[in-house]
Amino acid sequence: MKGKMFGKKRVAVVGAGLTLFRRNLKETGKELAYEATSMALDSAGLAIKDIDCVTLGTAPDAFDGIHMKGENLLDGAGGWRKPYSRVFVGGGTGVFAANSGWWHVASGLFDTCLVVAEEKMSSCFPHPQYAFTTIFDPMMNRPLGINLVWIFALEMHRYMHVHGIKKEQIALVSVKNKGNALDHPCAQLPAKITVEDVLNSETLVHPVQRLDISPTSDGAAALVLASEDVAKKITDNPVWIDGVGWGIDSTYWTNRDLYYPKYVECAARMAYKMAGIHNPPKEIDVAEPYDPFDYKELHHMEGLLLCKKGEAPKLTAEGITQRDGDLPINPSGGLLGVGNPIAAAGLMKVCEIFWQLRGEAGKRQVPGDPRTGLAQAWGDLMQYGSVIVMRS
Amino acid sequence: MRDVAIVGVGCTGFKSVSPDLSYKELMFEAATRAYEDAEVDPRRDIDGFITCAEDYWEGFSIFDEFVPDQLGAVLRHLHTVSADGLYGLAHAYMLIRTGVFDTVAVEAHSKASDILTFADIVAFAMDPIFNRPLGGHPYYIGGLEMNRYLHETGATKEQCAHVVVKNKKNALANPYAEYGSDLTVDDVLESETLFYPLSRLDISPLSDGCVVMVLASESVAGKLTDLPIWIRGVGWNSDTPWLETRDWSRAIHIELAARMAYRIAGVKDPRKEIDLAEIDDLFSYKELQSLEALRLCGENDAGRLVENGVTDRDGDLPINTSGGLLGVGYSLEASGLQKALEVVLQLRGDAGKRQVSDANTGLVQVWRGVPTASGAVAILSNV
Repeated sequence: MKGKMFGKKRVAVVGAGLTLFRRNLKETGKELAYEATSMALDSAGLAIKDIDCVTLGTAPDAFDGIHMKGENLLDGAGGWRKPYSRVFVGGGTGVFAANSGWWHVASGLFDTCLVVAEEKMSSCFPHPQYAFTTIFDPMMNRPLGINLVWIFALEMHRYMHVHGIKKEQIALVSVKNKGNALDHPCAQLPAKITVEDVLNSETLVHPVQRLDISPTSDGAAALVLASEDVAKKITDNPVWIDGVGWGIDSTYWTNRDLYYPKYVECAARMAYKMAGIHNPPKEIDVAEPYDPFDYKELHHMEGLLLCKKGEAPKLTAEGITQRDGDLPINPSGGLLGVGNPIAAAGLMKVCEIFWQLRGEAGKRQVPGDPRTGLAQAWGDLMQYGSVIVMRS
Repeated sequence: MRDVAIVGVGCTGFKSVSPDLSYKELMFEAATRAYEDAEVDPRRDIDGFITCAEDYWEGFSIFDEFVPDQLGAVLRHLHTVSADGLYGLAHAYMLIRTGVFDTVAVEAHSKASDILTFADIVAFAMDPIFNRPLGGHPYYIGGLEMNRYLHETGATKEQCAHVVVKNKKNALANPYAEYGSDLTVDDVLESETLFYPLSRLDISPLSDGCVVMVLASESVAGKLTDLPIWIRGVGWNSDTPWLETRDWSRAIHIELAARMAYRIAGVKDPRKEIDLAEIDDLFSYKELQSLEALRLCGENDAGRLVENGVTDRDGDLPINTSGGLLGVGYSLEASGLQKALEVVLQLRGDAGKRQVSDANTGLVQVWRGVPTASGAVAILSNV
């Protein structure tokens, strides 16, 4: 694989759209996809006829009970009579959908590409965690009747144990992100809370407590991508996709040391190589790592090489990851604050970096005119990393 | 354009059942053969991996999880395309054309024999509010479409039966195929009607199997093989997901996908420039409908072509020399790669008893099945 090149054609993001993130939205999945798509097109001043192809991200079909969910969503996502396909890498899908949009355009095959991510989790009764009981190996793991909260509790425990991290340090992430979300118009669970609130919340699976975890959500997000020459005609303010990365670890999560996300490092190194980034903490101005649980923000900062292993809690305690800190992390409010409609949540992070780098993030704008940003998502069985590096 | 080539192929063969092998073992076997064919070490030489799968076929959620180990893709760059393997080929083509990737492996498989309730799984793809409550085996959509197609084009049930006879006969010469047989048109016409006017022999039976292909950029392909099979063009497209508003006689999604692939490949007159094709034949009439959508024959002319032997293995335009899905079996998302594999073997001159003479350019086309109106096309050549 070659480094320091952006593809046959350099690719820009020229528009973004995001629906409300809520539990039990009345809109169907198609309607959510349509809403985000329309907003993204409007923001770029384009119509659907200007779009050459569509790539869709959406997580398990089991949420909706629809086989080939991508085919079902295609008209809502603007895919009618266009080259349209769906990519799927579990929870990593949202950021990965943007990566797939990159190669549609960077290949020189298309001038414009619509990237759509949709998730409707609340139609899964009684709770979407039941859909997650079907993601395990049917012989080895599924008979245990486990869901995702259980295995993430194992990972959280291991991470805390190896580095001697306390629950209080991790709770700070939840406090920060829910606080940041107070400024996000789409947010589902913005709140002003304290570390004590987190520590006093109900224990779900030790050591995971209710306020450590992101909610069940419905929502959609969309981006419009364009090749360099076309982007310059659409906007004076394109945001370039300069690095994309993805990586997967072994299926056998029981045989891995869960304290460190090697797969995120694998993805990050790929994206950094492409973008020519050698010193991530210095060169990245703002980042949106995946935070479905508060410890995951810390875990992912380390995997993204934004700090040393075990050092992320210290940066958080020192306020460096606050919106006005040296390395703002999840200024959007993240999944903990804005909500977690899986694929849409990942693309929401890419939207946030787009708005931050354009200086359009409103009350969430991080100071100091950020020029380089990163978004990351995480998926499969604690196994998948997807990363995008963008520059203004 | 000589940007991207297929430099290695591996296949398990296709069987109606495979109780001796898990899906992981099928994938391992096909991958090992493809890597040996390309003489590459996946852990070192392959930049990207693509698997093509749909959760409901597999019986898992997030099938992507279960892929890396048996492909040699642990801690490497792998992802899932939720579509037929031919879409995966198109994605791999794009990845290499970015200039960032030199080698990409594409995998698609079927373990259809594990699916105990096939009709119910397909029914889950129907719109949950408007169509699913109608009930019944969703293949009635194939029957409705066949009826409309025959009505609009004047094609006959006999001509459709010719497709079945031809493809199942071709399959007799394909060691990868299990559904080969020597039938007559009357055998097809007399077989039990399942979804009027579709009868049992008009419908492709299910099969298990796996195909892996290794693709490389021009510079790397030259080092790996003396006989690269170039991907000249790819196209894919979707018409509406709504049954109520689509065109029931024409395959508009295939017309559009073909237009894209021909544009990229610089094909002006497909009938003259394409030497052989492996196209959709999930239902017998689909081969006729697809021939027309691909502009491999004139409007409403496909039935006559098949009847007159033009599409036979030794005809002017050999179609589905592998035996097609009717002869090899419908291997779900592997169908497109099974078809692409046949074209690769033909263009390499490795098709054994099925070998077509003087074939330089081949076309592959696949449909995503009931109830979709989505499909993909690829143009391959050996020069």
